[in-house]
Amino acid sequence: MSSIELDRVSKRFGAVEVIHDLSLRIESGEFIAFLGASGCGKTTLLRMIAGLESVNSGEIRLGGERIDQLAPGQRGVAMVFQHYALYPHMSIRENMAFGLKNIRVASAEIDKRVNEAARILEIAPLLARKPGQLSGGQRQRAAIGRALVKQPKAFLFDEPLSNLDAALRVRTRVELARLHQQTRATTIFVTHDQVEAMTLAGRIVVMNDRKIEQVGAPMEIYGQPSTEFVARFVGSPAMNFLDVAVSDSNGLAKVTSPSGVHLATGILTKSLPVGETFRLGIRAEAARVDATGVLPGAVEVVERLGDRTHVHVRLANGETLIAEDAGLSRAAPGDAVKLRLDASQAHLFDGKGRGYRAPAGASN
Amino acid sequence: MSAAAQTPAQAPLLRARGAHIGPDWRSALFTAPFLLIFLGLLVYPLFWGMWISLQEYDMFDKSAIFAALKNYVALASDPIFLGSVRNTFLFVLLTVPAFVVIGLALALALNRQGRTAAVLRAVYFGTSVLSVTIVTIIWKVMYLPGRGLISVVLSLFGLAPIAFISSSSLALPAVAITTVWWIIGLPMMLFLAALQQIPAELYEAAVLDNASRWRTLWSITLPSITRTFVVVTIYEIVAQFQLFGQALLLTQGGPNNASRPIVLFIYETGFRDWNLGLAAAASEILFLLMALAAMLQYFATRRAEAR
Repeated sequence: MSSIELDRVSKRFGAVEVIHDLSLRIESGEFIAFLGASGCGKTTLLRMIAGLESVNSGEIRLGGERIDQLAPGQRGVAMVFQHYALYPHMSIRENMAFGLKNIRVASAEIDKRVNEAARILEIAPLLARKPGQLSGGQRQRAAIGRALVKQPKAFLFDEPLSNLDAALRVRTRVELARLHQQTRATTIFVTHDQVEAMTLAGRIVVMNDRKIEQVGAPMEIYGQPSTEFVARFVGSPAMNFLDVAVSDSNGLAKVTSPSGVHLATGILTKSLPVGETFRLGIRAEAARVDATGVLPGAVEVVERLGDRTHVHVRLANGETLIAEDAGLSRAAPGDAVKLRLDASQAHLFDGKGRGYRAPAGASN
Repeated sequence: MSAAAQTPAQAPLLRARGAHIGPDWRSALFTAPFLLIFLGLLVYPLFWGMWISLQEYDMFDKSAIFAALKNYVALASDPIFLGSVRNTFLFVLLTVPAFVVIGLALALALNRQGRTAAVLRAVYFGTSVLSVTIVTIIWKVMYLPGRGLISVVLSLFGLAPIAFISSSSLALPAVAITTVWWIIGLPMMLFLAALQQIPAELYEAAVLDNASRWRTLWSITLPSITRTFVVVTIYEIVAQFQLFGQALLLTQGGPNNASRPIVLFIYETGFRDWNLGLAAAASEILFLLMALAAMLQYFATRRAEAR
C-alpha cells in the first residue's frame, strides 16, 4: 500500500478552473474523505487521481512514483463508481475477472482472488448472476469486489452510497469501515454527506469552491472548524451564527449581541484581527435550554429526536437559534425559555469567514 | 368520503353518473377508428389476396374460376419466377450484412461530439431522403461504361471500363451497391441511438480495467447493442426482400432476368400480363419467405443471447 501526494495540481475545463493549485498528502493505509457540496471539485479531483481526467498542471504521485501521465489502468488504483458501472451482460464473476484477464493474470489466480473477495463481501452465491438480477446493495458489493480483486495500491470511491436507501446506506457504511480495517488499503472516499465522512474517514478534506477549506480528523473538523464554511457544512443541525460586537476583557474576547447575548469567551483578543465585524458561532449542544440561563427567547419549533430535542428559539431581536434540550423536553411552541450558552465552545468568525476559538486547554 | 362508508342506497346513484369500474361496450368506440382501418385495409386484403391466389383471375373480363393450387404449381415450374426467388435471396444476402456492418462501422466512427461528425452524420443520412428515381439516375451515370464516374476512375489506373448494368453477373451487385448507398442512413442512425444509450461510466470502468479498444468494442459495446442489432437485421431483411424500384429503374430486371426480383415479377405478372391469380400466388410465397427469414434471424439471436 502506498501514500498519495497531490502536488499543486490544477484542472481547467475550457476557461473554467475547477481545481486551483491544490496540494495534499494522503498517508499509506489512510481512509480519507473528500467532503463538499456538489460542484466543489471533489469528484473531479478523484477522477484526476484515477486518470479519467487529465491534470493541467502539478503532479500526482502514488507510492512516490509519478502517475499523472500514466494511463488509468496502469496507475494501480481501483475505482468504485457512483452508479456501480458493472458490465450488464457479464456475470458478477466475469465482471470481477474482466480487469485481471486484461492484464493476463493466470486463471487459477483469478479464481482464487474472485472467490476470496466474494467470501469477504458475502456475495459468493451471486457470482453466476448478472447485475440486473441483483439488488442495489448487492450490486454495490459486486462493484467493491471488482475493485478488491485488483489488489490496487489505492481504492477510490465516488459517492458509492448515494444510490442506496437509508437503512442499507448505514449498513454498507459499517461494512466499508470493517473492510478497511481488514485490508488497510489507502482509500479515498468522495461524498457530500457529512455523516458518511465523519463516521468512515480517519481524516476529512473539506472542499469548497475549487480548493481545500480544511483537512483534519473528524472531531477536529467538527470541534475546530477553521472557516465559517466548514462550521456550516459539518454538523447537524448546522452551527448557529449571531452577529456580535467584540470587546476586550483581561485579554479575552467578550461578545455582546443585540439579541441579548453576553458571553465571556476564552478566545484571546490579540488573536483577533482589528477592525473586523464578527459573528458568533455556537452549536446546538452548546446552547442548552435551562431555567437558570441568561438568554431569553420564545420557542418557535420543537424537533424531537428521542434522545434529545432541538428547540428553535426566537431571540429578542428576531434572530433564531437552535438550542438543545433533553429528550423529554417539555418545551412547546410559544413558550418563553431561557438559554445557557457554553462559552468554552464558542467560535468567532471574521468578515472573511476565518474562524477563531479559545486555545486548547484554556478554561473560561 | 371513502367508498366503504357509502350506504348501499347511495352506490347506484353514483354509478349513474358514469364513475364505475369494469368493461363497457362504449370503451370500444375509442378503438373503433383504428380497428376499422386495420380490418378494412390490412386484414381483409390479406385474406382476399390469399383467396385470389387460389383462382384463375382475369382482370379484363373480371372472370374468376377457382383453381385450387394451380397457380402455385405453375410458379414452381416457372424458370423466371424461380430465377427471381434466387435473385431476391442473393440480393438480401448482399445487402443485409452490408447494412449491418457498414451501418455499425459508420455509427462507431461518428458517435462523437463535434462539428465534423455532425456534418458527416447528416451527409450519410441525407441520401435516404432522395427519391428512388433520383438515386437510380445518379447511379446510372456512375455505372455508365466509358463516361461514367467509375469508368473514368478505372481508366485513370489504366483499367478497362466495366459494364455493370449490362453484365449478367454484375447487374444485381450494382443494384445492391446503389441500395446500400441510398439508405445506409437509417441503420447508422439506429446504431447511433443505441450507442448513445450506453453509460459513459462503463467505458471508464473498462479503461480502469485495462481493456484495449478492441476488447472494449467486443466485450462492452457490441453486447450492449444486441437488441438494435436484431431490429436492424430483421427490418432490413423485410425491406430488402421487397426490392423493386431500383431494379425496375436501373436494370429493368435484365440482362436476361439476372436482376429480376420477386416484386418485379409480381408487378409484371399482375399489371402487364393481367394474371392476377398468379401474381397473388407469387405474393403469398414472398410473404412466407420474408416471415420465415425474419423468424429464423429472431430465434437465432435469441438462442445466442440465452447462451
